[in-house]
Amino acid sequence: MAKLTLVEKLAILSDAAKYDASCASSGTSKRDSSKSKGIGSTEGSGICHAYAPDGRCISLLKILMTNFCIYDCVYCVNRSSSNVQRARFTVEEVVKLTMEFYKRNYIEGLFLSSGIIRNSDHTMEEMVRIARLLRLEHNFAGYIHLKTIPGASPQLLEEAGLFADRLSINIELPTDIALEDLAPEKKPAEIRRSMGQLRLKIEEHTAEKKERAKPKRFAPAGQSTQMIIGADAANDDAILGRAENLYGNYRLRRVYYSAFSPIPDSSSRLPLAKPPLMREHRLYQADWLMRFYGFERDEIVSGGEEGMLDLAVDPKLAWALKNRERFPVDVNRADRELLLRVPGFGTRAVDRIISTRRHRTLRLDDIARLCQSIDKVRPFIVALDWSPGGLTDTEGLRARVAPKKPAEQLSLF
Amino acid sequence: MFVAKLDHPADFDGWRGAARAALALGIAPEDMGFAVEGEVAGLFAEPLPPLPEDARPAFVPKQFPDLARKLVCHADADRFVFAYRLLWRLQIDKRLLEIASDTDVVRSIEMEKAVRRDSHKMKAFVRFREIETEEGRHYIAWFEPFHHVVELTAPFFARRFAGMVWSILTPLRSVHWDGADLTFAPGASQDQRPKDDDMEALWLTYYASIFNPARLKVKAMQAEMPKKYWHNLPEAQLIQPLIRNAEASAQRMIATAPTLPSLRHERQAERNEMATAVREGAFGGFNKRPDDIDEAREQAKHCKACPLWEPATQTVFGRGPSDAPVIFVGEQPGDQEDLAGEPFIGPAGKVFDQALTAAGVDRTQAYVTNAVKHFKFVPRGKRRIHQKPNMGEMKICRWWLELERELIRPKLIVALGATAAASVLGKAVTIRDTRSKLIDLDEDTKLLVTVHPAYILRLPDREAQAREQAAFNEDMARVREYVPEIALAA
Repeated sequence: MAKLTLVEKLAILSDAAKYDASCASSGTSKRDSSKSKGIGSTEGSGICHAYAPDGRCISLLKILMTNFCIYDCVYCVNRSSSNVQRARFTVEEVVKLTMEFYKRNYIEGLFLSSGIIRNSDHTMEEMVRIARLLRLEHNFAGYIHLKTIPGASPQLLEEAGLFADRLSINIELPTDIALEDLAPEKKPAEIRRSMGQLRLKIEEHTAEKKERAKPKRFAPAGQSTQMIIGADAANDDAILGRAENLYGNYRLRRVYYSAFSPIPDSSSRLPLAKPPLMREHRLYQADWLMRFYGFERDEIVSGGEEGMLDLAVDPKLAWALKNRERFPVDVNRADRELLLRVPGFGTRAVDRIISTRRHRTLRLDDIARLCQSIDKVRPFIVALDWSPGGLTDTEGLRARVAPKKPAEQLSLF
Repeated sequence: MFVAKLDHPADFDGWRGAARAALALGIAPEDMGFAVEGEVAGLFAEPLPPLPEDARPAFVPKQFPDLARKLVCHADADRFVFAYRLLWRLQIDKRLLEIASDTDVVRSIEMEKAVRRDSHKMKAFVRFREIETEEGRHYIAWFEPFHHVVELTAPFFARRFAGMVWSILTPLRSVHWDGADLTFAPGASQDQRPKDDDMEALWLTYYASIFNPARLKVKAMQAEMPKKYWHNLPEAQLIQPLIRNAEASAQRMIATAPTLPSLRHERQAERNEMATAVREGAFGGFNKRPDDIDEAREQAKHCKACPLWEPATQTVFGRGPSDAPVIFVGEQPGDQEDLAGEPFIGPAGKVFDQALTAAGVDRTQAYVTNAVKHFKFVPRGKRRIHQKPNMGEMKICRWWLELERELIRPKLIVALGATAAASVLGKAVTIRDTRSKLIDLDEDTKLLVTVHPAYILRLPDREAQAREQAAFNEDMARVREYVPEIALAA
C-alpha cells in the first residue's frame, strides 16, 4: 500500500470522526496567552468557526488518531469488520495540524478520539502524549477534548485530565442490553466505572472556597457522553431515563444524542434509513427542559404517547396541551417556575418579564416585545389587557399553535 | 445644534467625554450631534463647549457603560445620539434599563445584540494567512464586519494570539499586533492580504470530510453562518457542491450492500474470542460457588440478582484481608462509594474512621462490607437521594454476605445499624435491644450491634451528636477489647 499523505489521512480520519456529535468548546476555565506569549485562549463561551451544510458547528479539529480498531461495534463506521480505508496519524502530525489550524483561526482546539489499537492503555497513552506535547512543548492554551478509552487505567485518565479541558466516554446506547448486543467488546459496567472515577477526580480538583491554594486543573469543562438514537429499539422514555441517570450519577455537563446515520459499508444488522433527526431534536429539547426548566422526566414523556415524544410539536407545548388546567398563567403574578412552563417563554424572556413587571403592569404588547412568538404564548397567559377566555380549552388549539409547515428536516428525502 | 468631534467610528472615549459635557450643560438629545473625523458636521453646527468645572457627575447605572460601549460600535448613523438619549433619559428615570418593554430599551437591546453578534462572528470567521518576512512569520487576515467592531474585538485576538505577529485588515479600520502592543490604523484593501496559504487545502479537506451528507440542514447552517460572510471564508466555496452531492452520497451509503469483513478482522475476532475464553475459564463461567474472597468479588461484579444494579455504577464488595478477625457490616454503599467502588469512604466513612482511630483499631486489618452491595437511590436533578433497601433486596443480597462470612470466618461481626443486624441475624431486631452486647452467632463468631455512623451525622443538634459519637467510640473500644489483634500498632 502506498504511503498516505497528510491530506489523505486527514480526509479519512476526520470522516471517521464525524459521527460524534459533540463539538463544544465552552464551559472551561478562563485563560489566555498574554503572559505566556504562547498560543491560545479560552473565554467561557465557545466559538463555532464554521458550519457545515449539515448545520453542525465546527469548533474543534475533530479527528481520530487512528481508525484501526480491534472492536467490532455494529453501529460504528470504524468497526473491525468494516472495509473502510484505514489510516493512522503520527503524534507529530496531530500536533502540527492542531497548531497550524489554530494559528489561522480555523478552530478553538482539538477533539481527539481514536479506534482502539492493541489495547485500551496503549491507545490512551498515545492520546495523552499528544495532549502533553501540545501543552508543554507548544505552549498551547486552546481547548482540548479527549475521548477516553473505556478500560484505560486510572493513572492514564488522571494524566489526561491534567492536560484536557474535557474528557468524555461514550455510553453509546440507552440500555446495557443493547450495548452488549451491538458492541460485544464494550463493557457497560466499565464505562460507568470510568465515569464514576472521573467525577471523583473532577470533584477532588475543584477548589473549595475556603481553600487558599488552587488545586491543579483537572478537566475544567467536565465530562460528557454520547448516546446513539435509533440503532436499537429503546423508546424516548428509556433514553431520557438513561440521561437522567448519567446526569445524576456522574454530573455530566452534557449528554449528546446522535441520530443513527447511514455510514459507509454499514452492517446489515442495522436500519439502513435516513437518520431520525427530528427525534434527536426533540430529545435535546426534552433534555433542556429537565435541566433548566424544572420538568421531571415523566411529565415530559407524558406529553407524547407510549413513551415516545410528540414529533410534531416541541415537548413543552405537548405537555401544556395535555395539561391545560394549569393555564392560563398570569404574567404579572406567576412565579418563575410557572412562567418557565409557558410554551414560548425561554429563560431569558422569563427574566425580562420578572424585571419589567416590577416597574409596570404588563400588557400583551409588552409581552410581544419580550418573547419570540406572541401567537404561541397568547392562549396560555393572562396579561393586563388580555385573557384567553375559552381559547385555552378549545379543541382546535393544537392546530392553532403547532408549527404550520412541516419542519425542514422532514422534507429532505 | 451642538456637534462633538470624534476620532474614529467607534470612539467610545470621545463619545463619553462629549456626553458628560453635554449633560452638564443641559443639552437635550434633539440638540446634540456627533461627527466622526472626516465627516462634515452640518451647516448649523456649533462646537460643543468643554465640560464645566463645577459639573455634577452624571448618573450612570452599573450596566450602562458596557452597553454604551457596544452601542457606539453599531453601524447605525444615529448611534451616538441614541446612546446619548438613553443617558439623558436615565437621569430622569434611573431604572429605565430594567423596563425591557420600553421602545428605546428594546432598541438598545437589539443594537447591543447585533454588535455582540458581529464581534462574535469576527472572532469566528477571521481567517489568517501566513507569510514569511525578514522578521519572521506574519499572519494577515482580511475581514469585513457589518458594525464598527474592530476596536471592541482586537483585544480578544491579542489575548489569543499573543505569541504571533498578526494584522487584521478591514475596509474602515485595521489593527496590528507586534507581540506586545495593539496599533489601530485606517482601513485597508483586500489585495493587501497574502494571496494564499498552504494550510487552506488541508482546512478545506477537513471541512468537506467532517460534513455528514445524510444530515443536510442548510437553513441551520445559514442561520449561524449567513451568506454575507461567505466571500471571505475559504471553505465557503465548498458549500454549494457539498449540498448538490449530499443526497446522492447519502443514498449511495444506504444502497451499497455491506461488504464481507477483511482477513485482518477475522484474525482479530479470533483473538478476541480466545481472550474471552481464557478470562471466563478463570472464573469457571460463574457456574460454581467461589472458593475464595477474590473469586467472590469478581463474580459479584456481575450480580444482577435484584434490580438495584441497573441505575448504580458498580457492585461495592467488601474490602480487607481474607483472614480478617473482624467483619464490619454497613447498610449499603452511598454516592461516593458507588463511584469509587469501595465501602465506607464517604462522609459516614469519615465518622467510622475517626471512631476506629479513637478506639485504636486498625481498619486495614478488618474486613469492611455492606448488607446490600449496590447503591439504592432516586435521582433528584444533579443529586442522588439515598433510599433504604427493602427486605427483598436485603434477603437477595444476604447470599453474598453469608459467603463473605463463610470464607473469612471472623471472630467478630460488627453490625452497623439495624439493616446490617437484620441481615446478619436473618431477622429484624431493634438497636435498643441488641446494642453493645456480644451475641453468639455460632461457636467461632460473635456479633456486636451498634448504630450506623450515618445516623450520627444526621442528628440535628450538636449535643446529641457528641453523645452518640462517644457511645459509638465506646462500641469500637469494645471491638478492640474483644479482638485485641486488630489494635493499631503503637
